[in-house]
Amino acid sequence: MMVMGTTQTTMTSPSSPLLSVRDLNVRIPTPGGELHAVRGVSFDVAPGEVLGLVGESGSGKSVTLRALLGLHRAPIKMSGEVHYGGANLLSMPDRALRSVRGGQISMIFQEPMTALNPVLSVGEQITENLREHRNLKGKAAQDRAAELLDLTGIPSPRARLADYPHQFSGGMRQRAMIAIALASEPKLLLADEPTTALDVTIQDQILRLLLKLVGELHMSVILVTHDLGVVAQTCDRVAVMYGGRLMETAGVGELFARPKHAYTHGLLGSLPGSGSHSSNHRRPLTPIPGGPPDLRALPQGCTFAPRCTYATGECRFSEPPLVEVAPGHASACLHHDRLSVLEVSV
Amino acid sequence: MHSSYVIRRLLQIIPLFLAVMVLIFVLVHLIPGDPVSAQLGDRATPDIVARANRELGLDKPLPVQFALFVNQTLHGNLGESINLKVPVMRLVAERLPVTLFLTTYAAVLGVLMAVPLAVLAAVRRNTWVDGLIRGAFQFGLSLPVFYVALQLLSLLGARLGWFPIGGYGEGFGGHLYALFLPALALGLNLAAILLRTLRSSVIEVLSAEYVEFARAKGLRTRVIMTRHVLRNAMIGTVTLLGLNIGALIGGAVITETVFAIPGVGRLMVDAIFGRDYPVVQGLTLVFAMLVSLVFLATDLLHARLDPRAEVA
Repeated sequence: MMVMGTTQTTMTSPSSPLLSVRDLNVRIPTPGGELHAVRGVSFDVAPGEVLGLVGESGSGKSVTLRALLGLHRAPIKMSGEVHYGGANLLSMPDRALRSVRGGQISMIFQEPMTALNPVLSVGEQITENLREHRNLKGKAAQDRAAELLDLTGIPSPRARLADYPHQFSGGMRQRAMIAIALASEPKLLLADEPTTALDVTIQDQILRLLLKLVGELHMSVILVTHDLGVVAQTCDRVAVMYGGRLMETAGVGELFARPKHAYTHGLLGSLPGSGSHSSNHRRPLTPIPGGPPDLRALPQGCTFAPRCTYATGECRFSEPPLVEVAPGHASACLHHDRLSVLEVSV
Repeated sequence: MHSSYVIRRLLQIIPLFLAVMVLIFVLVHLIPGDPVSAQLGDRATPDIVARANRELGLDKPLPVQFALFVNQTLHGNLGESINLKVPVMRLVAERLPVTLFLTTYAAVLGVLMAVPLAVLAAVRRNTWVDGLIRGAFQFGLSLPVFYVALQLLSLLGARLGWFPIGGYGEGFGGHLYALFLPALALGLNLAAILLRTLRSSVIEVLSAEYVEFARAKGLRTRVIMTRHVLRNAMIGTVTLLGLNIGALIGGAVITETVFAIPGVGRLMVDAIFGRDYPVVQGLTLVFAMLVSLVFLATDLLHARLDPRAEVA
């Protein structure tokens, strides 16, 4: 068994957390009934920590991320607490929330082509952030904007400030978006699948860039992704989401070495790299049977039970709570100690 | 915006203009009746008719007449009014500012009504506010402009006496006051047309990812609405606005008659009834030129708003 680096594995970090989420719920009304997209999610992010939020599409990870900044608009309902800097962001007046958004906590999106405004130059999109949060205007703002583009590795940054997003390549656009998000030197970066829309070679560059900047600027990151390979490369800690709930949280090495939830176990088993650690022979992938649950009609009990090979009657009776099963390792699986040993190398 | 784009767009006007001249020339000669008999009446002797034809150059072969017409036009000479005995160019210079003033006034009123109401309807979509705004303008759109104009005249002009029922007024303020009702009638119609498109583009833009990104950047709602939402939503609407300002210029023929406004529209009507060929020809050219300039301005504004437009 391979044990990965002994990164932060304690659930409650010694220093007080930067961000603390308690019992977050997001309900989305749809014509077919209310969609309870995020159900009672709680987690902490320590200063300087990179937390991976992993799950299939529709698991509620992006919805969770947007709820942290209170971005959902009526009729979507958010409840629970998101503590940052001694205040609950979800009950903050708009004005105060605006200074946190983009100022203290920034967000980058999956698809830079659609997340950048097509009719504003890249420079304008950076400087409007500087004006709002750093009170920088004119020449000073231009200088800082060029510096930021340079920081994200865009060549001849000063000249490119006047360019529009469509004049940038995909990777450059993502770099520009990172420059915009980092303009006000936030303490926390929310990254919503920042590399999913990019070519594999560019993905790697962008991830490296993000990690470098995170280190230089002493930021924390919540990285939403469905890619466990990305998680293994970048994260300190992982939270696995399924059906709108957290299923498992653990340090990244611990999670890959000793998954304590049948769903995580299944996810790792379905990775192409799994099981090939010391031999050259390939084995077929083991996909998780079935599809993600319909959030409008959730089964009673564990939402993963219908697809789970370990499920018993008890699983279908009531939804298991997320409890600490090992130091710094929480799981919402009744059969966490029955899972077979996996050989994973990512 | 690159100057090459502007120059290319300007050059495109030349063939358009030539085509318009051919069309006008042919049309005028296809219209039944001729200026000489219209002026001299049925009982003129063939001699007098022939002399009049010669004086007006109507005895020459059509290609020669056309060449003369083009040559004159390019020198800024639109000929002389048969009935008023003054150069058409002078008539245009006198009357055109009135029409331009009214058109601009109506366009400004229309945009000032359409933009805030469209944004309000989009933000409050599918509520009673949205329903009221859309209902009212849908109703307004189904009424012909001249009818709305006459109702405004009879209520606000004749009955309440708040506004004059005709004329152009003196000075900028006077024009604004005298032309308020006609500009309002035209502006309401324009607003109704713009509102539908603008409302749906605002709704579309509001759900765009870059608006979400702008919100995540902590920008003020006002900044998000103007810089991010409206600017994008206006891209499609600007073209529609241009087309309709073009139509407004043509529609001046009706409005100026209803409101007794001394613009080129009224001049055109008088010229048509008086078979004043040079005036009709000249005004048609002026209309064509104006409309193509409006379209040019629209394209330039479009390119200014949307940096991607030049690539396409």
